[in-house]
Amino acid sequence: MTTFQVPTLAQMTAEGKAPEVLFWVGCAGSFDDRAKKITKAMAKILHHTGISYAVLGTEEGCTGDPAKRAGNEFLFQMQAMMNIQVLNGYEVKHIVTTCPHCFNTLKNEYPELGGNYHVEHHSQFLNRLLKEGRLKIEGGSFKGKKITFHDPCYLGRANDEYEAPRALLEKLDVSLKEMRRCKQNGLCCGAGGAQMFKEAEKGTAEINHVRADEAMETGAEIVVAGCPFCNTMLTDGVKNREKEDQVQVLDLAEMIALAEDL
Amino acid sequence: MSYLPNILFIAALATAVAVFAKKVGRIRKNIRLGKDTDRSDRPSDRLQNMLRVAFGQSKMQARPIAGALHFIVYVSFLIINIEVLEIIMDGIFGTHRAFAPFLGKAYAPIISAFEVLAVLTVIAVLIFWWRRNMRKLDRFHKPEMKGWAFTDANNILYIELVLMFAFLNMNALEANFADAHHSFLISQYIAPLWSGASEWGLHFGERLFWWVHILGIFAFLNYLPYSKHFHIILAFPNTYYANLEAKGRFENNAAVTKEVALMMDPSADPFAAPAPDADAPIERFGAKDANDLSWANLLNAYTCTECGRCTSECPANLTGKKLSPRKIMMDTRDRIEEIGANIAANGAFLDDGKSLLGDYITNEELWACTSCNACVQACPVDIDPLNIIMKLRNFATMEESSAPGALNAMMTNVENNGAPWPFNQMDRANWINE
Repeated sequence: MTTFQVPTLAQMTAEGKAPEVLFWVGCAGSFDDRAKKITKAMAKILHHTGISYAVLGTEEGCTGDPAKRAGNEFLFQMQAMMNIQVLNGYEVKHIVTTCPHCFNTLKNEYPELGGNYHVEHHSQFLNRLLKEGRLKIEGGSFKGKKITFHDPCYLGRANDEYEAPRALLEKLDVSLKEMRRCKQNGLCCGAGGAQMFKEAEKGTAEINHVRADEAMETGAEIVVAGCPFCNTMLTDGVKNREKEDQVQVLDLAEMIALAEDL
Repeated sequence: MSYLPNILFIAALATAVAVFAKKVGRIRKNIRLGKDTDRSDRPSDRLQNMLRVAFGQSKMQARPIAGALHFIVYVSFLIINIEVLEIIMDGIFGTHRAFAPFLGKAYAPIISAFEVLAVLTVIAVLIFWWRRNMRKLDRFHKPEMKGWAFTDANNILYIELVLMFAFLNMNALEANFADAHHSFLISQYIAPLWSGASEWGLHFGERLFWWVHILGIFAFLNYLPYSKHFHIILAFPNTYYANLEAKGRFENNAAVTKEVALMMDPSADPFAAPAPDADAPIERFGAKDANDLSWANLLNAYTCTECGRCTSECPANLTGKKLSPRKIMMDTRDRIEEIGANIAANGAFLDDGKSLLGDYITNEELWACTSCNACVQACPVDIDPLNIIMKLRNFATMEESSAPGALNAMMTNVENNGAPWPFNQMDRANWINE
């Protein structure tokens, strides 16, 4: 339970106010127990900075990303049109989201359908706030801790953003150990392209197990991800080696919320 | 009689160029069997991309060893072609080293530099051969690399060795001529091998290697369109027409946009008379066969040189799944070749009961993709296997409803309650108070 009120866009609009930024929570962030913690961490940071923000709450719907990647263009565009109607109705200009899949779809695939917004992944958004002096973070409890960062495909290769998350981690004074495959060459966690929702085809290994092993080979105590799906997959991979007591999988937002003791 | 070599040469040159042009025309026609897609925007960005990626080999260098070796062979190919220009002049006009008088003192150093490149090329090619046949790099020995694909790769290496061997020995023989005018950096050391030959033998040998070299080049030219090695030409248009958008942006299907707009328009009349173009054949959603793909997809397929960098980065392939992005490209090329041959033989396409999805690419391969873009990132010539995979999925899901059951369940959830899991839309904000 959050100790503060998370405003919905409907409430704010009723009060005649318009937030600076819409926090797009996404399906994982709304319903998945692990991802909800990331959502709450992000809400805490937003609240802490005093920035004017809102969520859509029950008016938000799946962006259509998994449907599109599963080949269902029709369902994707239906979802897109419904969301665009809501977003345009509220005259939303600026969106931040903790999910790289939502980020990618809103940023790249909605404009052609009439949805034009300034969309940021939370790593980009928070990094910008840092630069603008609106957010201050101290290393605190993470100072010198060995961590590694897993590049989500839909933030990294799909949108060429490799630096924003690393800049945030640098601020936390952690000791970043890169995996052999990182940035442009980062290995997928195995969840993208709607794989999250089905069993993998027959093979010799599970992708998330391989990736979690690569992360743990760095000797990191914390594996940081910037995507709720990567988070789930890597957590599962760590459990596969029964290392959940030694190795934590955390989101960037959780790292900052913890460091700031929010 | 003294013009016989000139005539023979001109005939060989004309034949080589004509046969090559005809085959290239066939390939061009096959590529144009693809659906239209607009890649005419941002010409200066496209030119830059081509210069950087194809001409400058920027993506090749992601793997430094292969990148450096390939760079040697590539540079030597570009530069030694200047020498080929001279050989062609000599062949047509019956001259000998036509460029020498124009270049004067610079001629010997220039040819010497070509010889150095030739030696470096031989070394690089031998290392390539070793990597492929002795070291047996994994990516050269995947299931799709059996048979012709493997033979073809080695053929290219052998042809290059023969060409370089002929080039160096041609110069070495000439260095032994009684009236030798030229001596070059590398061939002067090969020259003693031939010093025992008679003057007639030297001249005969020099001519022989001259002809082997140039006829080898003509043969190589005509081998290209049947080989993966065609990338040396198509890498340039392929990078020019590459997708310049963010890799995460998958194109929206315009036909679907129209239907969705109609569905969401409360004033649309469901009983309205059909639009005037309603008699036009209904296009299928996505791609079932190679000619449902775009010409850019097909250009990609003909550009692929089967290096396998995509497959070696593919998370599905790395974990033993059947999917191999390289095979997607090879299958696409093989199928469009088959369709092209079918059309050429029958005047129009005669249904052969086959299709790209099903007969070439299986569902098991199709659904193993995580859409992570590793293959797209890895390709040194900007080929996009993921775009083909997504079009095949469009067909599988929207036309055949053959997506895996779990995905159908996920899509039903999205449709019913706006989330991929069966949670109530009204519970979406519950996290706030939990």
